[in-house]
Amino acid sequence: MKKNNDKIKTTPQSIKLENLHFSYGKSIIFENIDFELSKDKITCLLGISGIGKSTLLRCFAGLVDLIPPSKFSGFQEKPAYMGQQDNLLPWLNVLHNTLLGSKLRGEKKDVLKAMEILEKVGLEKYAQQKPCRLSGGQRQRVALARTLMENSSLVLMDEPFASLDALTKHKLQTLTAKLLQNKTVLLVTHDPLEALRLGHRIFKMAGNPAEIYEMDFPLDIKVPRDTSDEKVLNAQAKLLNSLFLDSTS
Amino acid sequence: MIFLRILLSIFILIIIWQCIVSITNVPHYILPSPLRVLESCWENYSILLQNLGVTVLEIILGLILGISFGFISALSLIWFRTIRRWLLPLLVISQAIPVFAIAPLLVLWFGYGIASKVAMATLIIYFPVAATLYDGLRRTDIGWLELAKSMRASKLSILIHIRLPAAMPAMSSGLRVAAAVAPIGAVVGEWVGSSAGLGYLMLHANGRMQTDLMFASLLVLAIVALIIYFSIDFIMRRTITWQPESLLTDYKENK
Repeated sequence: MKKNNDKIKTTPQSIKLENLHFSYGKSIIFENIDFELSKDKITCLLGISGIGKSTLLRCFAGLVDLIPPSKFSGFQEKPAYMGQQDNLLPWLNVLHNTLLGSKLRGEKKDVLKAMEILEKVGLEKYAQQKPCRLSGGQRQRVALARTLMENSSLVLMDEPFASLDALTKHKLQTLTAKLLQNKTVLLVTHDPLEALRLGHRIFKMAGNPAEIYEMDFPLDIKVPRDTSDEKVLNAQAKLLNSLFLDSTS
Repeated sequence: MIFLRILLSIFILIIIWQCIVSITNVPHYILPSPLRVLESCWENYSILLQNLGVTVLEIILGLILGISFGFISALSLIWFRTIRRWLLPLLVISQAIPVFAIAPLLVLWFGYGIASKVAMATLIIYFPVAATLYDGLRRTDIGWLELAKSMRASKLSILIHIRLPAAMPAMSSGLRVAAAVAPIGAVVGEWVGSSAGLGYLMLHANGRMQTDLMFASLLVLAIVALIIYFSIDFIMRRTITWQPESLLTDYKENK
């Protein structure tokens, strides 16, 4: 395990947040931390609840105002953001939920592309349905379609599968890994197995104020990884143990 | 089924009413029989219609004005911080003054004509609409707002596409209350001083011991109030189809 702060290499191939500070009132969540996302790779950030992983993701998403000397670099466009809740608007049908971004920005709606994406997530038949008719997994797939529709090369996901059952979660992880190929992804999760299945690089947030550590495991490069793979299972045991120690310290 | 049940209960009430009149032999100027009220409706239908038109006009104008002002106020409250700071306490304090108490004042200011009644109805409709819409606009799901913000939506776009539709269920409750109180506003205005309208007709009939005509006016007013309420309820149900009605489904399931 190595501390990330000293290991940042300035390459044009990464998206970086530097010198990041954040505090709630007087309690410092993190200070002076740097974090980088490798281009076109899935970066997973693990950590116990309340440690500040979502806050870090929100810094990338532009939902938290950065206080100087905090700096964001390597990315100019708007990132696509997918939260823990599907956040589907109940009054819009699946198609219009998928098109929400262009509607909000007053841009022309690309219905053909939306239908194409809905087909990819297997929901083209539900395009005219209202979200209340869908199951939890289907709703999350619409959220994924909406995220893909933003057509951003940076995708930020905040525990997107946390509320799903194990099987639906597994299926959606596979789908996500397939659809987010060649995109820079930050996936915040508290599930070690999820991080190990999907993450090209895995980081852990721990301590008070929090710091970020890269977790190096001998894993296959290709994702999604097989959950029955011995290397994945070994790494899961180690990660769980490490998170357990964090939660008791 | 529900309508049949409502009709049946009304029918039973009318029977009880008729029984009371027949048994106690109470004079018709104290309590007219249901039949006599219907007769009065038939005999005086042109007077009733004429006065009904005035009251309905007052109610509809009051609804339009009250809902518009309520809408504008709620939007300003949510949009402008300064207005929120100054207007919100005033709005709450203004509700401590009973609208009925200022009815004579309204008649003094706006005259005996339709204007004072419209003002009265507007005042009584305004607050439930403004309060519920403001409340709805304020309670927008944080997740939706953050999603919209991450999509680089402007403040106006968020208001139109997220906050307003999200506030519709809350506002529809306000509109239903408004629909229910609108006739009260108009009729109280007419009681204080007027020369036309169902409220005026009731006072007039009461003063001349024409209790049957008074009951007839009351019946017409009740029907109008119901029509207004159910129309607004119908429109709201049609507009807000995504709002779950758990109460109704529970009711059906239990049967």
